Amino acid sequence: MIERIGGIIISAGRHTYRMLSLLSQTCFWIAVGPFKRKFPKPEGVFSQMVFAGVDSLIIAFFVALFTGIVIAMQSAYQLSRFGANIYVAPMVSIGLARELGPVLTSLVVAGRVGAAIAAELGTMKVTEQIEALETMALNPVRFLVVPRFLALVVMLPCLVVFSDIIGIFGGFLVGVFNLHLNPYRYITFSFQFMLWKDVWTGLVKSAVFAMVISMIGCYMGLNTKGGAEGVGKSTTSSVVTSFILIILFDCILTGIFYFAKQ
Amino acid sequence: MMEKDVVIKAENVTKRFGERVILNGISLEVCRGETFVIMGGSGCGKSTLLRHLIGALPPDSGKVYLLGKDLASLNEDEMDRVKKKIGMCFQSAALFDSMTVGENVSLPLREHTRLETHVIETVVKMKLELVGLRGFEGLMPSQLSGGMRKRVGLARAIAMDPEIMFYDEPTAGLDPIVAGVIDKLILDLSKKLSITSVVVTHDMKSVFSIADRVAMLYEGKALAVGAPDEIKKSENPMVRQFISGSPDGPIRFFQQKDDYLEHLMK
Repeated sequence: MIERIGGIIISAGRHTYRMLSLLSQTCFWIAVGPFKRKFPKPEGVFSQMVFAGVDSLIIAFFVALFTGIVIAMQSAYQLSRFGANIYVAPMVSIGLARELGPVLTSLVVAGRVGAAIAAELGTMKVTEQIEALETMALNPVRFLVVPRFLALVVMLPCLVVFSDIIGIFGGFLVGVFNLHLNPYRYITFSFQFMLWKDVWTGLVKSAVFAMVISMIGCYMGLNTKGGAEGVGKSTTSSVVTSFILIILFDCILTGIFYFAKQ
Repeated sequence: MMEKDVVIKAENVTKRFGERVILNGISLEVCRGETFVIMGGSGCGKSTLLRHLIGALPPDSGKVYLLGKDLASLNEDEMDRVKKKIGMCFQSAALFDSMTVGENVSLPLREHTRLETHVIETVVKMKLELVGLRGFEGLMPSQLSGGMRKRVGLARAIAMDPEIMFYDEPTAGLDPIVAGVIDKLILDLSKKLSITSVVVTHDMKSVFSIADRVAMLYEGKALAVGAPDEIKKSENPMVRQFISGSPDGPIRFFQQKDDYLEHLMK
């Protein structure tokens, strides 16, 4: 029993170490690449950005809209007791900007983009394509990981801003059509109580989540073993690991931002 | 031919995966311009040996020299410089399936050279012409047959005009005509462009049509090395059995270690 627990801890430590070394290699290529004329081609990064960002708009739209509606209804249920219905507006906007916008969007992107990265790189690994890159003196980290990493780190915060706006619009629908609040006052209240900090902490979170999603997806993909079954396994474990780590980092970052203000 | 310009040298290369010894002290030399064939049964370590020769796997002990350089002592940049001078033709072709045929062949040129786009396009046409697939630039790998994929993989491998070509089972799983075409291509490349070739195969027909020298691998060791004629006349019973493809002989087909009856009665 103790042996097994020890084994699990050792293998978790090894994975963490190897994942961090992948992250450091990625950062190395981003920092050094431009000087060695070895930066990824803009077209490659651009197509990854379209895939990770633009193609995620529809799913992010629906998740954010319904989340906004739900927070509005749930908070109205409490606030209406005090006759403070108008406070639904800042409740929705701040809740989305600080927490739900970044986390829910990242979870959706982890399921859509992270899984796709793991599956694509995993298939490339088991069909010798990664090895082919290496024999052509093309570093797989530079060629495959860096564009995906950059694309997600740029696009996920953008998606989060989009989600925040759509979520506020969802709350607005409930506020205006169900709670009969004045639309102009609803909008004013939405932004009156919002601080810059609420927005940028949310964006910092989403950038960290983007790193988590791209690193886990690439790591799982590049370490795939054993054919189609292996690709399935690494796709699953990339989604599961990303989910856990997103929530974990959310907790850590929220803690940092919460205690830092004092 | 044998001016002794050694471009590939393996010294006592040993490799084990866990308990299994895959390579057991292999030494060999390949000279410039010759076609060196490594043959042996499935699982005898020939693909592993090939991966050691291109530096994709580090040996547990022993040394590999490629173009005069000790692979273990090179840093990443030096290794990349060596890798640009070699080409590898994979068993599964290993084409990038998100790219068209043209993009696959032009990838090393686009990444490693500063050539103009129209020059690269011309080179791609020339390489595809060599493998008989000019005009297929716009197709995706998934639209090609197995033989065509292999030929595109070959075109991609020679895109950078390598000094040494490595082939991992180039004719496995192909019909006899395509296999013959691939053999002829390998011969053409090595005779016309004087490219050194290392071919891993267990296809006896292609061994004797392309090889200048042959090494037979068995259980991680080089059983016999020599010209095809010498190998044909070899007295070694294992080599004789392999060439004739006879099921009876010193090379055992059965991999089981325990007693059959005992296992059944358990």
